[in-house]
Amino acid sequence: MATITAHGKPAEVSGSRPRPPARRQSRRKRQLQNNLTGYAFLIGAVACFAIFSWYPMVRGVVMSFQRTRRGETTWVGWDNYERIINDPSFWTAWKNTFYFTALALILGYAVPFFVAILLNEFRHAKGYLRILVYLPVMLPPASALFLFKYYAYDPSDAGLFNAILKFFHLPTSEWMQSTTMTMPAMVIASTWMNMGAAVLIYLAALQNIPGELYEAAEIDGAGIWRRIWNVTIPQTKLILSLMAMLQIVATMQLFIEPLILANGAGTQDSATSVAYLIYQHGFFQNDLNGAAALGVIMLIVLAGFSFVYVRLTSQQD
Amino acid sequence: MSAPLYRKVVAVAAAAGLAGLSLAACSTKSDDDGSSSSGGKVSITVDCQPVASQKELLANWNADVDAFEKENPNIEIKSVSVGTQCNNPPDFTARLQGGTTTDVFYGYMTDLQQVLDSGQVMDITEYVNTSTVPTWDSVDAGAKAAFTDGGKIYGIPTKNYSMGLVYNKNLFQQAGLDVKNPPKTWAEVREAAKKISALGNGIAGYSEYSAGNTGGWHFTAEIYSLGGQMVTEDGKKADFNNAQGKQVLQTLKDMRFTDNSVGEKQLLQWPDLLTNAGAGKVGMFIGAPDATTAIVTQFQGKYQDWAMGPMPGQDGPAKATLGGGEGYFFKKGLSKEQVEAGLKWLAYQKLTPGKGQFDYVRAKPQNNPVGLPQPQLFTVGSAAYNQELEQRKANANVTVEDFAAFENNPVPVKVEPPNAQAVYAVLDAAMSAVLTDSKANIDQLLKTAEEKVNQVLATGGTGS
Repeated sequence: MATITAHGKPAEVSGSRPRPPARRQSRRKRQLQNNLTGYAFLIGAVACFAIFSWYPMVRGVVMSFQRTRRGETTWVGWDNYERIINDPSFWTAWKNTFYFTALALILGYAVPFFVAILLNEFRHAKGYLRILVYLPVMLPPASALFLFKYYAYDPSDAGLFNAILKFFHLPTSEWMQSTTMTMPAMVIASTWMNMGAAVLIYLAALQNIPGELYEAAEIDGAGIWRRIWNVTIPQTKLILSLMAMLQIVATMQLFIEPLILANGAGTQDSATSVAYLIYQHGFFQNDLNGAAALGVIMLIVLAGFSFVYVRLTSQQD
Repeated sequence: MSAPLYRKVVAVAAAAGLAGLSLAACSTKSDDDGSSSSGGKVSITVDCQPVASQKELLANWNADVDAFEKENPNIEIKSVSVGTQCNNPPDFTARLQGGTTTDVFYGYMTDLQQVLDSGQVMDITEYVNTSTVPTWDSVDAGAKAAFTDGGKIYGIPTKNYSMGLVYNKNLFQQAGLDVKNPPKTWAEVREAAKKISALGNGIAGYSEYSAGNTGGWHFTAEIYSLGGQMVTEDGKKADFNNAQGKQVLQTLKDMRFTDNSVGEKQLLQWPDLLTNAGAGKVGMFIGAPDATTAIVTQFQGKYQDWAMGPMPGQDGPAKATLGGGEGYFFKKGLSKEQVEAGLKWLAYQKLTPGKGQFDYVRAKPQNNPVGLPQPQLFTVGSAAYNQELEQRKANANVTVEDFAAFENNPVPVKVEPPNAQAVYAVLDAAMSAVLTDSKANIDQLLKTAEEKVNQVLATGGTGS
């Protein structure tokens, strides 16, 4: 190996590879210096990620195998998992969460896509309509949900939705007080709140589709549905699958909607989600270890979805 | 230094500063945690300082701190306002588990187990005596017991309550009911609720909780009133799937769907009901005397509208009423001087007739009630009890007669069941069902709740 002399020149060592020229070294040094600012900024981000994301994750996994009593922490193996699976609300929470996710995939996923297609077709007031669609995203989620809770979902005839239903002589609903309407009502509110961001992403994808494809389709006599089916969907397949994955992962973490709209569990546990159950165990039942175990179970399920998604998309590529 | 290099240094310093700030933000501990002596003074941090919007309460608190420090020049009280932490269990748990409580920290009587499990609390047995807390011998034994475990004292009771029937005098009058003679049985409550709800205008004759664990809490209070219990004596099995449990749910279901006297909006939790009460839309509900304080100070109600009777029972007075309260714990690792300073402060602000929470001369002209029958922290007949009672009567600013029915008809107090919050969460489902579903099957609801509570008791055992 070459060594550096006091003059900065490589000393000759027989049999070893020649050292890279000094110019290259100083270029590296320069590069490092140039990037120093970037690295310095990176430290803050990495530190916060480590402290707020990675450390709690690792700590959560460790806690899920421990039990703390009187300040003494003991290793209890799978006890917390056993207890949490035997929790009376465990399966209800999973059932509710999957139901919400399924409804959100049908409603919350499809609606923004079609709204984006509609917006893309409009020739006038495009900017105004986009702002209108995006506006709810700017409301803090808690405020938006309180609007739904106190005005839209009021179970009396004074509620906004019930007043509309009554106007059209349709049967009114008890909304969040009804076991059957709880989930659809939460999906409607959630879709309204979050649609704007998804619409913008879809709009960007739609605008990337070459106009010639539509022209060709039109010449071949394709109607609007045929054009959507044969041009729009294939051309936005990648973004559609990505959004589906994000939708599943986001909706499975359902928490704020039951907390605010249904005051937690809702009528007869109809709103209890897995994330809400974690909160119940951790902060109301003094069972942080059980909450950690449930958190790990949820992590595994979500990681499973992500894995399936990665496999599917890599096969497509 | 060349300009580019200078810029780089500034950028690096700025980035490092950002990182430092981020880390500081990540940190949950303040550098100045007030846990040590400063300038020869003993310094302690205490939470539950009233928030800025509670102007009079905050001014009173600050005046108490000043007066106390003047009396005790070697003690420095650092007050911390933690928003809703003082009546918000999730906030409390987060601070407890995060190790960020103040030196002397607030908790419910039912929090003892949780506080012990966290390992954050100090055994203060050797410091609690009449030299640190002069009225200690007069403090109610039951209240003391709530903060004692295995003969060791871990906290000081500062407030206690038991439940009764809170009712709106104004609505009673409008409905033609006798304001001085509140309903004494659940059948009478039902009749009165019908008359009050007949006033229309969205008024609920009787209002009930069914969400956020408060439904289970009230189910417990109501089954106690009928002579029932939530769990067996040994605390190992659920004991509410019986005629008494059925009666609680059936009465509520009938009031909701036969009489339509409990309002259409259900799934209420603590602030929801009190908001409606403050707006004059609730005729009756069960609660403690200080529910009226919350209605006035937080939910824009008026004292003169409210009165209170004893907990209704089956054929006469209730067999028992649910009781509880609050107090202060001491964080592990405090010095002897700090514990003594904390005890002195609590004694001054919370347990001395004529001072702090019992300073009725000060409270009288303010919007704070004087004359409510609780807290009743001192043993009946003790010196402190007599002194407090005399001062309360002399300075009353609420109509004492409005609470006489409650005060003069004491009902035996029964404490909360083991693992209370988990048990309450289970019973929320039954309460919400009978208040929202006209087809709710009470037998099935109780059977399901029983199975769930048995599972909680068998496998949980973690909560208070």
